[in-house]
Amino acid sequence: MHPPDGTVPEEGMALTFSDKAEAEIKALLPRYPAGEAALIPVLTLAAQEYGALTDDVIDLVSTRLGIPPTRVLATATFYTMLPKKPVGKHHVQVCTNIACSLLGAEHVVEKLERKLGIRRGETTADGLFTLSEVECLGSCGSAPVMMVNETFHENLDEDAIDRVLEECRRG
Amino acid sequence: MDRIFTRDWDKPQGHLLSVYEEAGGYGALKKALSMTREAVMGEVKAGNLRGRGGAGFPAGVKWGFMAKDDGGPRYLCINADEGEPGTFKDRYIMERSPHLMLEGAAITSFAINAHACYIYIRGEFYSAARRVREAIDEAVKAGHLGKNIHGSGFDLDIHVHMGAGAYVCGEESALIESIEGKPGKPRSRPPFPAAVGLFNRPTIVNNVETIAAVPSIIERGGAWYAALGTPGNGGTKLYCVSGHVKKPGIFELPMGTPLREIIFTHAGGMRGAAPLKAVIPGGSSTPVLTPQEIDVKMDFDGLKAVGSMLGSAATVVFDDTACMVRSLARLAHFYAHESCGQCTPCREGTHWMAKIVDRIESGKGRAGDIDLLDDVASSIMGNTICPLGDAAAMPVSGFLKKFRVEFEEHVTTGRCRFPPQALAPVKTDRAWV
Repeated sequence: MHPPDGTVPEEGMALTFSDKAEAEIKALLPRYPAGEAALIPVLTLAAQEYGALTDDVIDLVSTRLGIPPTRVLATATFYTMLPKKPVGKHHVQVCTNIACSLLGAEHVVEKLERKLGIRRGETTADGLFTLSEVECLGSCGSAPVMMVNETFHENLDEDAIDRVLEECRRG
Repeated sequence: MDRIFTRDWDKPQGHLLSVYEEAGGYGALKKALSMTREAVMGEVKAGNLRGRGGAGFPAGVKWGFMAKDDGGPRYLCINADEGEPGTFKDRYIMERSPHLMLEGAAITSFAINAHACYIYIRGEFYSAARRVREAIDEAVKAGHLGKNIHGSGFDLDIHVHMGAGAYVCGEESALIESIEGKPGKPRSRPPFPAAVGLFNRPTIVNNVETIAAVPSIIERGGAWYAALGTPGNGGTKLYCVSGHVKKPGIFELPMGTPLREIIFTHAGGMRGAAPLKAVIPGGSSTPVLTPQEIDVKMDFDGLKAVGSMLGSAATVVFDDTACMVRSLARLAHFYAHESCGQCTPCREGTHWMAKIVDRIESGKGRAGDIDLLDDVASSIMGNTICPLGDAAAMPVSGFLKKFRVEFEEHVTTGRCRFPPQALAPVKTDRAWV
């Protein structure tokens, strides 16, 4: 597939955005007086398309927005939600900040480590789960809490943890 | 009591425009558009609405700092980067009353004559962002936002801009940098955003809760709003209570409600037999209080008087099963993780503090570690571009001041006597009032 402006890709420049992502980028740009302001949303899209912001994805974003790759990389590496390496199909993120830790968040992480057979920060060999320990998710009144991809799971007890993992495994 | 934020939270589909309009929604916007900008600002000043992101700066006064209109772009940014540990109110406002925030955004934009507003929502809040986007679409279709709002000639576009995981972007100049596509490193001030802000243009940044309070002030008047709270602290407040209480949740109560009443009446008191040990009153950066100090009014001035801060009114309650060293270690790691690395005292000091607290918690604390910790904290305090440095130092100083004995015990006995916290979610019907 060719880049959206119709030019022929250069040697080695294999990546392009999908039509869907390109449509989203086109909708994003008019919201800002400066194209660079679309950088974080576009990096987020790029991470969704390619799974991680590898060097060639950084180049793609740089070319598309006309921002030097060093500046794209500076932003990409600053934010924890912009992944530098691929995460599993289900990204399990457990809050272990103060309110959650008072109600047993450490136990939640340890249980997940045992059940998934990985340590925090790792991905299962089948690529199904990544387990991360994260900072406050803003759900302290329903602690302990974890997020799986875009969904919050609150008031976690033993059964809830088991149930969530099973639901993920079922698909 | 009049409920401002939580009025529609118990209604089925309370987030929809139809429900909001039925309760008089967007009436305040129509009223504001028939007033002068100065009059709108005057009501908000009279209401003593103070910034709910934590700083407590009077909103109307802040708006008054906007640089003179030169015909170029001016911006409103809404800070929905809710990340101060213990805080979970803005997410609820966006999920349950998005139109309250949007109406407040429209009135505020009119008052400061901004025609573009960016709502900076933290990256993890997918469902809140979805709700807000749907609400924007509804409001545009109904003519509450967009071109020539209600025939007034005033135009406003509101955009959602998602963050990507950085606590420091809750600081207003870092938030601006982040919208511009850069790493969220706070700017040196002056100039303040009201003079040189987003895209180098005059900008106001206000918290979600601050913005959501604006429609009620215009609808019923600044004097009415001011009278809901205490002198100098207008309105009601969303108090977030978490930790070892029977009924954690969000409570909308008058500004200045005593902390004891919030914990023991509204949040149901302690979860079990273990007695109260400590309270972080206003979010993780605010200095901790002992059980003897909770007869304090929960407003900006009341907490200042006892050496703490209202912050985001995120109250974290500890019973005596909690280890204060372990709790501080958790906070110290958070700030070390979130330091943007721009200022040396914060970049180096936050990691150093986390390392020392870890050492003490693991029983390997050395003689002199406690004083060293205190010294590092005071060396950060006041020596950084943005308040993250202070936010990292204050809990350390506070914990050492109030619970020094427990730190000393860890050092002298070479161990922590507190077992890990058991998994103990508190299931309760969410409480709003």
